[in-house]
Amino acid sequence: MSLTRDQMRRIAYLARMEISDADAESTLERINEIFLGLIEPMLAVDTRGVEPMAHAQDLTQRLRADIVTEMDCREAFQAIAPETDAGLYLVPRVIE
Amino acid sequence: MIARTLREFSRALEKREISSIELTRFYLDRIERYNPKLNAFITLDPERSLAQAKEADARIAAGRAEALTGVPLAQKDIFCARGWRTSCASRMLADFVSPYDSTVVERFNAEGVVLLGKTNMDEFAMGSSNENSYFGPVRNPWDTDRVPGGSSGGSAAAVAASLAPAATATDTGGSIRQPSALSGVTGIKPTYGIVSRYGMIAFASSLDQGGPIAWTAEDCALLLNAMSGFDERDSTSLDRPKEDYLRELSSEKGGKPLAGLKIGLPKEFFGEGCERGVMDRAMEALAVYRELGARTVEISLPNMELSIPAYYVIAPAEASSNLSRYDGVRYGYRAPEYGDIDDMYGKTRSQGFGAEVRRRILIGTYVLSHGYYDAYYLQAQRVRRLIANDFSAAFECCDIIAGPTTPTTAFRIGEKTADPVRMYLSDIYTIAVNLAGLPGLSHPCGFSEGLPVGFQLIGGYFSEARLLEAAHRFQQATDWHLCRPTAFDGV
Repeated sequence: MSLTRDQMRRIAYLARMEISDADAESTLERINEIFLGLIEPMLAVDTRGVEPMAHAQDLTQRLRADIVTEMDCREAFQAIAPETDAGLYLVPRVIE
Repeated sequence: MIARTLREFSRALEKREISSIELTRFYLDRIERYNPKLNAFITLDPERSLAQAKEADARIAAGRAEALTGVPLAQKDIFCARGWRTSCASRMLADFVSPYDSTVVERFNAEGVVLLGKTNMDEFAMGSSNENSYFGPVRNPWDTDRVPGGSSGGSAAAVAASLAPAATATDTGGSIRQPSALSGVTGIKPTYGIVSRYGMIAFASSLDQGGPIAWTAEDCALLLNAMSGFDERDSTSLDRPKEDYLRELSSEKGGKPLAGLKIGLPKEFFGEGCERGVMDRAMEALAVYRELGARTVEISLPNMELSIPAYYVIAPAEASSNLSRYDGVRYGYRAPEYGDIDDMYGKTRSQGFGAEVRRRILIGTYVLSHGYYDAYYLQAQRVRRLIANDFSAAFECCDIIAGPTTPTTAFRIGEKTADPVRMYLSDIYTIAVNLAGLPGLSHPCGFSEGLPVGFQLIGGYFSEARLLEAAHRFQQATDWHLCRPTAFDGV
């Protein structure tokens, strides 16, 4: 199957990534080449009864003691933010 | 002076035949002279490097030197280093000065290693040619019209042209081994979980692994000793006893040094699709291994071909999740003009990411989306299991798997940029190793039409010392690893 332009727009919105009209056609074409030329043949492989492998090592997540290990770095971290005020990150108004 | 390995520099520093300041200046001068031709480094800070060298000299004088104290090292620009711009070769992080050190950088700092500069790469490590960098492509020192491989192209080119004695790199689908092969240097991707990923900018977290690139396997072992080990701050770091990766290298062995070693040759690595010149060099390398005492046996990895489709579902899926953090709010690029918050996200991310990264985020978002997750993502994970099982079965009949690292030598800049599918196929021999989480090494094994050819060794989990030993014995019997591009001979 190949992706339609509308499907790609929907995915781009989910990924919060604007696609200009100029780019839309070529992006769609490339993505469909990848799906049809590369990924599609894998879908026919019989994997019934095969356990999905999410990770290279069969690990369980380690737990650690609930104690403070890092210092307060707010100033250093906010110094590299696009826009801050009084210790807060600024974004366009979300709630009217 | 330039025909020296890290190991030799380390000894010379220890004996005070040279100072760290002299050595650092020497490389900084070479970078100044040759980097404009290669674009291997994207961030330099000579003052900071020389200050570190001065400290290292004081430490050596005080008798507190460790194995790598005073040697200069290039860091791939994926490793956060406090006070250094850490861009991942993306516009998204083009002005990001890291407020903290990655564990890898912290460990090298603790040893007194000098950070020489940050090397160019494919944006967010997505690429096989280093053409996807916001800072422009890296050129291959053996032929500057060609790519050095990727994503760690800057690290490989810097080491090949002696702009650094060694460099760090990362490997998600071949990004240490493929550029090492195409640039004529030695690199190892360790078992997943050996090198901490803390502060190593994430691409596909279940596949990403850091490792070294150097001239020799011995230098790689020396670097891996410093880089590896358990790290509390990486939840996938393996808690196991610290290893000395040099231990097998120095052992004196009577007779043939690799006697008893059984090398498996997957028929899938030696079939169609591999260039004649590459295959010839691989066969000659095998002849050397046999002379050193190894035996070879034919094996099969029947699901090898599926590693590329599985990878191009799993890696983009993980990337789409990892890269959702770049939202223009806390750090990194923010679009200069926007309306509401969705518009800010949309513009920031479409302007901040390059075309290949955007493409992979879209693919990843799609394969994880409602209605497609089972068909694509879960299927890819099941195929991943089949590939890992192939390796387990193969290691029942051999100790090491070997073959060419790549199907071709370095290709021309621009040759594959319009065709992502063809580009992706240049990782055909390396990708399966990441899916299984195994260690893999590439070392030079000669030239085809003047371009370096790489030979890959793959081992079972935690077999790094064995792979490094095999490559070391090969390098004691040959001198391909010491060949250097003549265009960068001047001092």
